[in-house]
Amino acid sequence: MRYRKERLDRGIKVRCDDVFALSSYREVLYLAMPKVLPVAILLIFPLLKGVVGLYYEKALVITCAISLLALSWDLMASVGLISLGQALFFGAGAYLTGYLNYAFKLSPILTIPLGTIGGALFSTFLLLPVLRLRGVYFAIVTLTLPLLLGRFIDTTKILGGGEGISGLSPLPNLWFELYVAIFAMLVCLFGFRRLINQDYGLVLQGIRDNDRAVMSGAINIYRFKVEAVFIAGLAGSFAGAFMTHYYQFVGIPAFAMDYSIVPLTAAVLGGPGTFAGSVIGAFILVPLSEALRGFGTLRVVFYSAILIICVVGLPEGIFHYMRRKYHQFERRREIG
Amino acid sequence: MEDGSILEVENVTKWFGGVAAIITVSFSLQRGELLGVIGPNGSGKTTLVNLLTGFVKPDSGKVIYQGKDIAGQQPYKVAALGIARTFQMAKPFYQLSAFKNLIIPLYSPRVKKLRGGKYGNRDDVAIDLLEDVGFERDSFVPYKVASSLPHGYLKRLELARCLALRPDLLILDELFSGMSMSEVAGTLPIIEKLNTEGLSIIMVEHRLKELFRIAHRVMVLNFGAKVVDGSPRQVMDSDAVKAAYLGDEDEG
Amino acid sequence: MIRSVIVYGLVSSAVLALTAMGFSLTFGISGVANFAYGAFYILSGFLVWALLNYLKFPFVLAIVVTIGVVGGLGFVTYWSILLRVRGVVLSEVIATFALGVGILELFRWLGFVTYEFTLPSFIKGMVVIAGVPVDYQRLFIIGIALALVIFLYFFTHYTRIGLAFRGIAQNERTAISLGIKSDLTGALSLALGSAMASVAAIVILPLGIISINTGYEVLLIAVAVGIVGGLESVPGILVASLILGYAQVITGTYLKPEWMAVVYLAAIVLVLSIKPSGLFGKFKELEERV
Repeated sequence: MRYRKERLDRGIKVRCDDVFALSSYREVLYLAMPKVLPVAILLIFPLLKGVVGLYYEKALVITCAISLLALSWDLMASVGLISLGQALFFGAGAYLTGYLNYAFKLSPILTIPLGTIGGALFSTFLLLPVLRLRGVYFAIVTLTLPLLLGRFIDTTKILGGGEGISGLSPLPNLWFELYVAIFAMLVCLFGFRRLINQDYGLVLQGIRDNDRAVMSGAINIYRFKVEAVFIAGLAGSFAGAFMTHYYQFVGIPAFAMDYSIVPLTAAVLGGPGTFAGSVIGAFILVPLSEALRGFGTLRVVFYSAILIICVVGLPEGIFHYMRRKYHQFERRREIG
Repeated sequence: MEDGSILEVENVTKWFGGVAAIITVSFSLQRGELLGVIGPNGSGKTTLVNLLTGFVKPDSGKVIYQGKDIAGQQPYKVAALGIARTFQMAKPFYQLSAFKNLIIPLYSPRVKKLRGGKYGNRDDVAIDLLEDVGFERDSFVPYKVASSLPHGYLKRLELARCLALRPDLLILDELFSGMSMSEVAGTLPIIEKLNTEGLSIIMVEHRLKELFRIAHRVMVLNFGAKVVDGSPRQVMDSDAVKAAYLGDEDEG
Repeated sequence: MIRSVIVYGLVSSAVLALTAMGFSLTFGISGVANFAYGAFYILSGFLVWALLNYLKFPFVLAIVVTIGVVGGLGFVTYWSILLRVRGVVLSEVIATFALGVGILELFRWLGFVTYEFTLPSFIKGMVVIAGVPVDYQRLFIIGIALALVIFLYFFTHYTRIGLAFRGIAQNERTAISLGIKSDLTGALSLALGSAMASVAAIVILPLGIISINTGYEVLLIAVAVGIVGGLESVPGILVASLILGYAQVITGTYLKPEWMAVVYLAAIVLVLSIKPSGLFGKFKELEERV
């Protein structure tokens, strides 16, 4: 008696693959639920303030920030640029926002958008010389840039030096904090997904897979790389800009490795290239790391372990696994 | 620049380390001409193609295309000017379906300009292009993932990728290598038709019988230098060519 | 003043060259990414320290054991992790990077952050050269650096294994078809590179304390030297170390000492903008440009 495992699409999935997708409420629900349900939960969550408690809401904001960084990483990875230093975008956005608020007394309504765009421009500009290089070289330089910038600020004592700039304006109110963060994250999530599924995204992925072929198709791959980095930079710098006003402080920790490693781990855990995976990964990791707060730097060791395990054992990430489970089922069949 | 010539190559030379891959090669190509390039392995044919398309920068010499020297320009700029090339090792985007492979060149600014700004569905254009190179239209073949297609189809996909650019000059680097006799027989008329419709073509090939049937002129390279440049008949009768081929190894 | 700049510049260059060599061997010459390089460097330091202070090993034994262990660790890293992800650039980078960070932060958590972690110098005392006081340890560094550079050059150009290292970087398939066992070669390359990190650590760390952040700096130095000189070129390591070493010392002496780190950033950005393959880099240029 021998068995073989086989994987089949669920009945409802098969029915959805065709016109029948709209035939009844069940199919529509099946298709829409994975997208709608989490979004609905996210949007309702803040309203449960009284029930859930302030602590979880703070965690939610941080999770959204990390999600943004993870999404930004994922976009860059989709074009073949592996970044070990997302903190660059975060710190750039953070510092610009903090400076605008401190020096010119601009309100967060202005500083955050300006910080986002300015931070993205600055980071993209810094990365320009490196974009022509192969993925590994790019990774190396991205690793060192945030460290160097942090050191630079520390030694030259500009922008607050080692102590940073504190006493910045807060965000208007709690609703603003939560809903802007969630909204920004959802915009980036669905926006990036849309982008990747368009022809534009196809070009980006082509650059990742075979840039010579793309170039001989009369496409300027550098321009596309720059655009991808800038867009990713917008997401990352927004996170930095937003968190600066959330903490009402900006300092060298804005360039800390944490802001590079955690998003990276989240994206890899969730599945590189899936965008939804990055968000899922963040929502798993950030609460987990908050729970492990007592262990100090051991958390980073924990992330490293997860990274290695995922990269070696589950390279496609959690999102693909979940999706497979949702759409397909397995059973054992007798053979022979 | 002569009237009617689309490409003038003047004394192009390229060294790789201590090896001269191409030594002072000069030739010209008339509009609508089909030039064959043949030679033993290692004679510099692919290097020549790389030199013409910007993947390699010559150490000296000029590559004048439609009146402008394009030597050493970036490959994407050369392609944007209208020169499309295939690669000896066909490397499609394996994870994409066949027709999706064509979306990328269709996305280029050149194609956009040629079609007068925004235009409709690239997917439809891609399917049409595939039909032009011999993919069966009403089958599922165009929708199959590239990694599952047999080699002959991949080669034709390369050709389609070039045609997507609406090139003025098409450079085929051993397109027929790895294709079966019937696939070659099926593809040859397509190339011939493109040429009669006005497309200038340079074909690097090892399959001489097929090449000689459709080429207007043939150029022979050996050890990086041009040996002979004339009609297929002249090349076949040339002693120098015989020595080049029979002296080293049999042709493939 | 000038004379001290000249002498200390030389020392600084030697330190940089020594630090960068192992990384260049593994990554530049063999094409195997090793982002755990800095971690192995620091690990070597702590291992020697532990062997000396806890197990009371004699100095020579401690060194030999450490170099062996770290070299072995490099081999194991390749065999257990890199083997499974070879060819997928993303995974290679992330796996070794995660390993490096994991090791370094583990040490930090275990509490290896105070001033008592130092390694002894080989020879105590100093000598005066051209009016500039230099301690023997620094001279020793120059000597070892020079010896290793020469060794590296001959190894990669004239020995079968060394040429195999270069072979798998340039074209793995061809290398395999020529009978080079690609995986074994890669593992050996990682082992040798890690062992060199060990040597560098043992010789350089006595100059200061073993600090965890040095682990990240080491990676930065290795990368900077590699990029400026051309990752696959041994003469490149030499020249890049000299340039960066002197730039560092000159900045430290005539400008503010804090600006020294900026030198690396400036050098990297400058080289990448003008000649991306590095001063002596050759064929990589084609790959990168195209």
